[in-house]
Amino acid sequence: MADEQRKIAFICSKGNLDMAYPALVMGWAALGNGIDVTIFFTFWGMDMINKARIDHLEIPPVANASMKMNMMGVPGYVGIPQFLGAFPGMTPIATSLMNKKMKDLGVPTVREYLEMLVDGGAKLYACKMSVDMFGLKKDDFVDGVIDIVTAGDFMDMTEGAQIIFI
Amino acid sequence: MATKTIAGKTVQVNDEGFMTNPAEWTKEIAIEMAREEGIESLTDAHWKVIDYARQSAASSGASPTLRTITTGSGVSTKDLFALFPKGPAKKVAKIAGLGKPEGCV
Repeated sequence: MADEQRKIAFICSKGNLDMAYPALVMGWAALGNGIDVTIFFTFWGMDMINKARIDHLEIPPVANASMKMNMMGVPGYVGIPQFLGAFPGMTPIATSLMNKKMKDLGVPTVREYLEMLVDGGAKLYACKMSVDMFGLKKDDFVDGVIDIVTAGDFMDMTEGAQIIFI
Repeated sequence: MATKTIAGKTVQVNDEGFMTNPAEWTKEIAIEMAREEGIESLTDAHWKVIDYARQSAASSGASPTLRTITTGSGVSTKDLFALFPKGPAKKVAKIAGLGKPEGCV
């Protein structure tokens, strides 16, 4: 192992269910390998730490060209017509489908994953500008979010870190 | 395949120093491996994790992930990271004479 402590910082800017997982999976792998992990939540990414939103992240089928009907058992790569994706109920269907797949694979929920990361030593921060814009307070966030910080603070605290924007 | 002499025994290891034959593992090797990983002495709590990891690997054929260890052994994530600081995934596997954990969680 190199003498210098390896550090990784993730910037989570998306609140869709499928975009919540990359930082959680990689962050957990990083902790397991002895790498320091900092996660900065900004804009829609704050849904991942918002108490009221964390258990209700969704994946909409509209404008998602990769989501095919084979996920629902239809053979081949048949697309979901966009107008169908816009029907009420389609987003909850896609969301419950994804949640079920994750559960079957033994993948924790976003809430549980974040708790594991915090227990493993990951440091979580919320973005000040986004917090102000959405009218949120620190109380709105799950335990483990250390502070609300500015972009400049984030730059200071991630000196020497590899930064991954999601 | 490289070999390594540890605790008076010559065992097969891969490029990263993980043992490749779990049957060659002994408790003495675990103690020595732990020292190499910066853990001076193995307590009962360490052994609980190591024993569980070996049992899990023996029954499933795969080196357990951290989540497999925490859910299966009852050792909390916090405790696991405190017992095997700075990278428990690799450390537990190495000390338990197993390969790198197979799986992402």
